[in-house]
This record gives sequence, C-alpha cells and structure tokens, in this order.
Amino acid sequence: MLSLAPEKPLTTALSQPPVAAQQLLIDVQGVRKAFPGVVALDDVSFRLRAGSVHALMGENGAGKSTLMKILAGVYTPDQGVYRLHGREIALTSPLDALENGIAMIHQELNLMPFMSIAENIWIRREPLNRFGLIDHARMYQMTRELFAQLSIELDPQAKVASLSISSRQMVEIARAVSYNSDVLIMDEPTSALTEHEVAHLFRIVRMLREQGKGIIYITHKMNELFEIADEVSVFRDGHFIGCKQVEQLSHDEVIRMMVGREITEMFPKTIVPIGEVALEVSHLTLDGVFHDVSFSLRQGEILGVAGLIGSGRSNVAETLFGVSPASSGQIRINGQPVTIDSPRTAMQHGMAFLTEDRKDTGCFLSLSIQENMQISVLGGDNLQAGFVRQQALDAMCEAMSGTLRVKTPNLDERIENLSGGNQQKVLIGRWLLTNPKILILDEPTRGIDVGAKAEIHKLICKLAGQGVAVIMISSELPEVLGMSDRIMVMHEGRVTGIVDRADATQVSIMTLAAG
Amino acid sequence: MAISNTQALGKSPKPGAFRFKLPAEARIFMVLLGVALIFELLGWIFVGQSFIANKERLIVMILQVSVIGIIAVGVTQIIIMGGIDLSSGSVVALTAMVSASLAQTSDFARAVFPTLTDLPVIAPLAAGLLVGLVCGLINGTVIAKTAIPPFIATLGVMVTARGMAKWYTQGEPISMLSDNYAAIGAGINPVIIFLVTALVFHIILSYTRYGKYTYAIGANRAAARVAGINVNRHLILVYTVAGLLSGLAGVVTSARAVSGQAGMGMMYELDAIAAAVIGGTSLNGGLGKITGTVIGTLILGTMTSGFTFLRIDAYYQEIVKGIIIVVAVVADQYRQRNRRS
Repeated sequence: MLSLAPEKPLTTALSQPPVAAQQLLIDVQGVRKAFPGVVALDDVSFRLRAGSVHALMGENGAGKSTLMKILAGVYTPDQGVYRLHGREIALTSPLDALENGIAMIHQELNLMPFMSIAENIWIRREPLNRFGLIDHARMYQMTRELFAQLSIELDPQAKVASLSISSRQMVEIARAVSYNSDVLIMDEPTSALTEHEVAHLFRIVRMLREQGKGIIYITHKMNELFEIADEVSVFRDGHFIGCKQVEQLSHDEVIRMMVGREITEMFPKTIVPIGEVALEVSHLTLDGVFHDVSFSLRQGEILGVAGLIGSGRSNVAETLFGVSPASSGQIRINGQPVTIDSPRTAMQHGMAFLTEDRKDTGCFLSLSIQENMQISVLGGDNLQAGFVRQQALDAMCEAMSGTLRVKTPNLDERIENLSGGNQQKVLIGRWLLTNPKILILDEPTRGIDVGAKAEIHKLICKLAGQGVAVIMISSELPEVLGMSDRIMVMHEGRVTGIVDRADATQVSIMTLAAG
Repeated sequence: MAISNTQALGKSPKPGAFRFKLPAEARIFMVLLGVALIFELLGWIFVGQSFIANKERLIVMILQVSVIGIIAVGVTQIIIMGGIDLSSGSVVALTAMVSASLAQTSDFARAVFPTLTDLPVIAPLAAGLLVGLVCGLINGTVIAKTAIPPFIATLGVMVTARGMAKWYTQGEPISMLSDNYAAIGAGINPVIIFLVTALVFHIILSYTRYGKYTYAIGANRAAARVAGINVNRHLILVYTVAGLLSGLAGVVTSARAVSGQAGMGMMYELDAIAAAVIGGTSLNGGLGKITGTVIGTLILGTMTSGFTFLRIDAYYQEIVKGIIIVVAVVADQYRQRNRRS
C-alpha cells in the first residue's frame, strides 16, 4: 500500500478531465467505507457522465462491489460526498435509489420465478382498474411497449421460471429502464450470456447511452471494456487508482493499473525436492462448469491455481474431492486410475480438502474445537468396540493444536468463539490428522490477519517439504506467486495456461486470467 | 484480535460469569424445580397438602409421560441432526395394533389372527419393534433419496400410518391380550424402559461415532459431507432408530392398556418434540442432550400432574402447555443470538 503514495497525486491530476457540472449524473468524492477488520474503500472518487458507459475494473476485493453498493443505496458510506445531478444526497435503501433514478441489475438475478414477466416488471406499480384490482390487460400492453422500445422479443405473460438466464437478464434490464432511471448499474451482465446475446445486450446499452443515460458497467473482461466502455475507473485494494478514456488506453496499461502493487509481504517459500507424480488429471470436465482441465502434480510440489471468481477454480477442487463428481475425464493417483464419487472415496485415496468458505462448508459452529478437529478420523484405531477412544483423540488434537499454535485456553471451547485465523488452523488440523498425501487448499488465508497468514504459509511449505502434494487456490496474486512452484490459470471454466514459478509475474497471470 | 478472544474465553473471573458457565441441562433442571415449587406453593394455599412429598403422585407423574419420553429420546436425535419427525404418534398406533394382534389369547373367539394366538411374548414385541423400524426406515430413505423436507416426508408417514392402524382391524379395538404381554406395561415398567432407553442413548450420543456424526450433520450438513461423513446413510440410520423407539413406545402403550386401538398415540409426536425443545434441543440442529430431554419430559409430566392436583380444567393445561413450548423456543433463539454477538 505504501507503494501507492507517489502514484496517487499523479493519477488524480491526470485522470479527471474537467467536466461541466450539468453533464455529471453522479459525482462522488472522498468516499470511505469500513467493515469490521477491513477498509473496503478509502478516499474513493468517481464520476459518471450522462450519455456514457463507464466501466469499473479491478481484482476481486478491489472495492468495485462496495462502491457499486454505495451508489445503489445498499450501503451508506462512512465518509464522503455523494452528488446526484449536482445535488448532495444520502440514499437510505435500494428502493430510495430506484426512486432517485438509480437502478441496479444484480449479478444474482432478483426475479420472482413463478410470476409472469409483466408482474415482475411492474411490481409495486401495477396499473389498477376502476375496482382497484390489477388491470392485467393494460399491464401486458405496457410491457409490450417497453419491450418494443428495447427490441426484446418475449411474451409478457410467460413465467420467469420458464426463461433462460439471458432472457431473465433482459427482463431485469427492461425493469430497470421502466423506472426511467438515469443511471443503470450492471454487475458483470455478460457472465451467463452467449456471444449472440451479448451483442443484443450491447445494442441495448448503446441505445440507452444515446438516450443520455449513464451506465456503470462492472466487468473482468478486457474485450468488453474496449468494445462498449467510454471511460474506465480502476480500483485496487479499496483505493481509486485512476479514471481514463478507454480510447487512450492499451490492454497492458489496464492490467498494469489493476495489479500495480508491489509484493510487500514476504513468503517463506523453501525449495524442496520434487518427487514422483502424485496426481494426474486429464480432460476433467463438469458439464456447464469447467471443461477439459488437465494437469499433473508431484510430491512436494505446490501448484497454485489462479483465476477470477467464477473461473471454475473452486469447482475443479470440489470435483477432485468428489463433492460434485466429474461428468467426464480421468483422475490418476500414483499412476492408478481412480473414480472419486464422494468426499469419502477421495479421503480413502489420501486426499484432503480445505474448502473456500469456513462457515458454510468447514466449521461445525455449535460444536467444540475438539469435535471439529477429530471429525474426519473417527474410525480405525480410534474406535474400540464401537466407542470413540476419546482420550487418544484428545491427545492427538491437543498435540496438533500445539503444533499449529491454535490460540485457545482449551479444546472444549466452541469453535465459533475463535478468530478466523484460529478457526482455519483447526480445520487445517482436521485434515492433517488424516495424514493426507494430496492436500487441496482453497483460499487458505482468506480473511485472516497477517501474522496467522505467515504461519499458515510456513506450514504449507513444511508439508510440501514432507512430500505432500499441494494444490493452493487463491485470489491473492502475491500469495500464488510467492508460494507456488507452478501456477495454473483458469478463465471461464478452462485452463488458459500453466506457468512455471520462474516465468510468472502479476501481469502474465492476470493476462491469462482475463482471457 | 486473537488475543482479545482468548481473554474473553473462560478463565477471566468476571463477576456473574458463574451463571453462564452452568450447563444447559442444569438451567432446565432449575426450571423443573421452579415449576414443581410453584405447584407446591399453590398446593398448600388451595388444596392444603404437599405436591411433591407424595410418592404415589411422583410415580404417576413420571408414568404418564414415560411413553412420550421414549419417543422423545428418538426425536431428540433427529432434531439434533437438523430434522423433524411428525410420524411418531401414528407409528405408536400402528405398532400398538400390530403387536396387540399377535399378543391375543386363545380364550377369545374373535381374535384378529385365530391361528396366531398364545404366541410367546417375544413375537408381538419383535413385530412391534419391526413395524416401528420399517416406518423409520421409510422416513429416512424418502428424506435422504428425494431430498424433500423432513416435515413433509414424516407428515406423509404420519397420515398413512394412522390410516393403516385404522384399516388393520377396520377400526375395531384389539383386546384379550396375554398376561405376559400386559406385564411389559404393568406397574412402573414403562418408567424403567424410558429411563434405560434414555441412558443407553445418552451414552451412544456422547461416546460413539454415531453420536458424533449426528451432531456434526446437524451443525453443518455441507461441512459434514466434505469431512467425509456419508450423510445420507446416517440420516436413514437415525430416522430408523427413532422409528424403532416409536415402535417400542407403541408396544408399551398397548401393553399398559392391555389393548390395541387405532386412536392411540394421538399428538404424541408434538409432546415429544415439545419435550426435546423444552429440554434445550435446538430446532436449528447441532445442539441438544438426552439428559435435557428427560428433564423436558418431566416438566411436561409435572405440569399435567400439577394441574390435576389443583383440579384445574384440562383445557387450561393445554393452553398453558402451548405457551410454554413457544416460550422455550423463544428462549432458545435468544440464547443462540446472545452467543453469537
């Protein structure tokens, strides 16, 4: 973060060409938003001009979503000024934003599946007949007029549940337009669309631009940026990096703005002897999620996996571990082909999987640390005549939490009373007790403070030194670059490259991740 | 952050901390004592005698909730696992009918199965347990394989089993049962069966893999699967165990009444769920103890006895019972929220 200091005055001076106030739909200055433990946005400024498409770009966690949620009234900023049409406003809710002409098209679609298209669009504003009942005929007519204007061809009476994802997106857009909004916020609108549908979407976006609307367009895709956007604002680690006219930018310049951070953290990477091939994956496919993933992994090797959210990196891990078994492809462990259809079978083959989401798929929050750590080894020698040999397990877990330096007075505490880093250590301990040969770590240090992070990094290196084959998925480029022997990069469900440690740079990885 | 956490955990001798260190069961036991004391007080005021110092009354008090208690031991496990079972009362009726039909004496001309009379007592007992087990197996299998909510699956079995109990003898009650069979439910035997069942499952839940997996699935089903637990198989197992216990409850009910009737066990499922919930089992799963359920069962029994003792109308009993169940759940939610913040 210190590296930003010399850069900042430069970008602010360069990036904001003088604009006549009446042209500005949104003018946000000095916005700050903090959540417990993190500052999501710090001193961020953003301007949206009428009749323009303004792209927001940045890595995961850069602050795009937080800014967007502030603009759409989901969050209230801690500091800063929010001007709409030159007037200062304080939005209290998404509904409040909508009534002020700011509509957001969500990434997770927000339609009611068992109601008709028309009902979804005009909800809360249904036309009434003279008896005070809903006038369906008029509502359908209004919908048809709206669709004609946007050249959308859908039956207003059709149920949303029967529509494809792209049609639903069109309905969302039509709904936003129906509010006569001046500002439309689109969050990765093309993530579920085919090329043909993207073209249609872009036609609609251009039309809205010509009508003088301002469109905020969040995307990870470079080609879209150059095709549709007029301006782009780049964010990194909660800071505003710069705002430029797209025509003045090159592909590489955008990537450099996105990743331009120095690696300030030190990684304890130790080079260890690499052994035999432990895992070989060929043409692994999970229909509709990822395709044709092939790689191999050796004992003692750390394979980093990079990619944006939605690139399928976590799905590959889940499939390897049998959480969602593959539709096709082959997995070989120590040269033997294996079928992995459940986490149980994966464990029998010596695999362990630390999931991405501690709360959802890791911790048993209402149970003790002890119960959480021992759950995967309640068998074999640890059972005697059907009873769990609790004393032996207590000793094992005690020793493990000592090794991992879990900070707790005793293991009978509930795991939910621990900090995130300590919870993570308990879960790592759970898997280490199974003596894994192949360890899959999905975001092993997410949401963990710096000290605990370094300890976990050391531990991973130590395990690799003992011959464990490690797959480490991470959203943090420095972590991937610092820890991995090789890095596999994914984009939209496909492997776009596998890069050796020596050749990997932030720019090369980010370029592969952006497709 | 980690440091402040460690300080907040235990060790710091804050004044008043002792109150929160009590295990949940101890708190519930206080509630039981409180309820008993209220009746004791009211007893001296309105009836002129002691409520508690009456051995007969205490035995009857436990006796009348023993069958509910046996069911509650099974239901507690299901709720800990994050499920629910509405079928227990109907399963009691179906089991009572089937086992009674195999327990008839040959003195009776109109036996259900005239060729199957004077059987050794093991026959009706085994048949009853088997019926319960099959009902539980159906519950578990449907829930695991179709992934429909347990509420719906067990509601279906509830209605179907009640219908089968009526169809079994076209609604006729079954009587003239053997003395050996009747002995199962005689005297304080139901109390013994209840307490032994509770003890056995208390041990199983605390010290076996079965117990550990039950809590883990209830605490976080997705995490349990990733941790290598065969969640579906365990779901089926636990529902089957609960069915078996409902079957046992059906046998005890018919043996005590020395007859089988299709109307037996009406609403028992709700009393059993109430006993578990009052006893501190969380409907969110992952939390609960058999000991708590035993105390919860006794609280229900104390209330029934107490109202009878004070000669208060049965209607009021139900009204108050309903309120207490809701209060217990609200208290549970409040506890959970407090812990999180």
